[in-house]
Amino acid sequence: MSGKVARHESAWGWALVAPWVVGFLIFTLGPMLYSFWLSFQKYDLAHGEYVGIENYRRLAAEDPLFWKSLSNTFLFALLSVPLGVAGSLGAALLLNARVRGQSLFRTLFYLPTMVPAVASALLWLWVFNPENGILNHGLGAVGVEGPAWLQDERFALLAFVIMSLWGIGGARMVIFLAGLQGVSDAYYEAATLDGASAWKRFRFVTWPLISPITFFNVIMGVIGALGVFTSAYVMTGGGPNNATLFYNLYLFRNAFEYFKLGKASAMAWIMFVILLLLTLVQFRLSRRWVHYEGDGN
Amino acid sequence: MKAVNLRWRRPPGELSLPAKSGLYAVLIFLAALFTIPFLWTLSTALKTPENVFAFPPQWIPNPAEWGNFVKAWIAQPFTFWVLNTLFVTALSTIGATLTASLVAYGFARFRFRGRNALFILMLSTMMLPAQVTMIPVFLIWREAGAIDTYWPLIAPAYFGGGAFFIFLLRQFFLTIPRELDEAAKIDGAGPLRIWWSVLMPLSKPALATVAVFGLMGNWDEFMAPLIYLNTPEKYTVSIGLRMFQDSMGTQTELLMAAALIHAAPMIVLFFLAQRFFVRGIATTGFAGR
Repeated sequence: MSGKVARHESAWGWALVAPWVVGFLIFTLGPMLYSFWLSFQKYDLAHGEYVGIENYRRLAAEDPLFWKSLSNTFLFALLSVPLGVAGSLGAALLLNARVRGQSLFRTLFYLPTMVPAVASALLWLWVFNPENGILNHGLGAVGVEGPAWLQDERFALLAFVIMSLWGIGGARMVIFLAGLQGVSDAYYEAATLDGASAWKRFRFVTWPLISPITFFNVIMGVIGALGVFTSAYVMTGGGPNNATLFYNLYLFRNAFEYFKLGKASAMAWIMFVILLLLTLVQFRLSRRWVHYEGDGN
Repeated sequence: MKAVNLRWRRPPGELSLPAKSGLYAVLIFLAALFTIPFLWTLSTALKTPENVFAFPPQWIPNPAEWGNFVKAWIAQPFTFWVLNTLFVTALSTIGATLTASLVAYGFARFRFRGRNALFILMLSTMMLPAQVTMIPVFLIWREAGAIDTYWPLIAPAYFGGGAFFIFLLRQFFLTIPRELDEAAKIDGAGPLRIWWSVLMPLSKPALATVAVFGLMGNWDEFMAPLIYLNTPEKYTVSIGLRMFQDSMGTQTELLMAAALIHAAPMIVLFFLAQRFFVRGIATTGFAGR
């Protein structure tokens, strides 16, 4: 009898998760395998032809824009992720102190995240305008002559980093805030009784206890930064002189403007493998600094 | 979900007066920094074309051209774009919310072989970069003759709505006492009946969270409409705005007005549904635990 009940339960379980499983097969696993196969093809929407590793070889050996887009994207991630995560944590720590009007501040900090990506790109295009933008007006007011930002290849990437920091008060900060509020007061009380300074309370109480959240934010931040697309598509189209040609933008062009679907698929798989390795390395490294409550360390 | 019930609480140790003033100063400075680009846009959207380039810059536009919003709206097929976006957003959000809750119910309440592995697999898809599936999915829709239709934008939402929504709802369902299910079962309710009449009514806050994120994600979506829609009348607001930029980009005040038209519903949504946002985001953070 109980075997029948268990079978009944199991059948219902599978039936209920079936929409996700089917969707996963049609929209994720199937396309991933298909994309892998395409990456060994010369494929232009009409004709396909097996070319072995030619797409990969050409990307690595004959395509300076591939390397350019890869290095642009990593430079962007290298600057925007640490600054962004630290900024979000800083903002969350400030909001977690007892101040009046916390929810007002949180709302104002969060507001930029609510501006849709295209609207936000247009807005920042105007902020960075060399002659009439508010940024250079502001710099001018303190006696600094601002650069041409998005029109100057030395500053264009930096402009994207600055723009990304507008999102410091977004989801990441809220996640940190929730984490900070999950830290028991008892720890702080004990630390204070032991005479720990504010910095030591942060370093030895807060930091280890929220480290799983920091880790989560870093992982998701890296994935997000390496996926940057919309802002560059709208604001610079990759220019000037390919200074903001990000990986996904170049991939998109190969796929949907030049219709080199094989090459674009190879690019997609290269990024997938890079991200996978990067995530594995981060999980490895996390053993040294991420502390899970209750695991005995 | 209890763990993320946000309370404003302070670490012990009252701050000294200078520390407190410093804290407020930093908070106000940051708030200004975050708000200025937005106010600058609003100010520009209300200017006459001459005043856009005035030096020194005007913060309070004089005269205030409220008509810029009307001009921007009628300069391009905004009415179509907004209706299209509402259509896509509504259908996707309904599909994602309903199917995510079914899948979450399966994960939360039924034991079956492979459940945990499947759950971890599902969570790991959150980390999958979209570009690795983008091209084949495009080819599938092309094969199905669905280019320049809304199918590719809506249909995928009906397959569980994505890992984030499923995770969020499953976490919520786990907080609902099983005794309620059992009681309904004794009264003769089947699994679907329990889902619809017991769990769903008790999960309104979590469902609202999912719906709010669904609305926002669809309203904001750029890549999919860019790939799939070709006819300007079929555009959604986000790619319509991109076209607006191409054709009217020199009229900065109208472009800014158009950008604000795109942003306004999301900002209103945020003010109406802030607590759902905060709760939903906080729950994702706990996926990291």
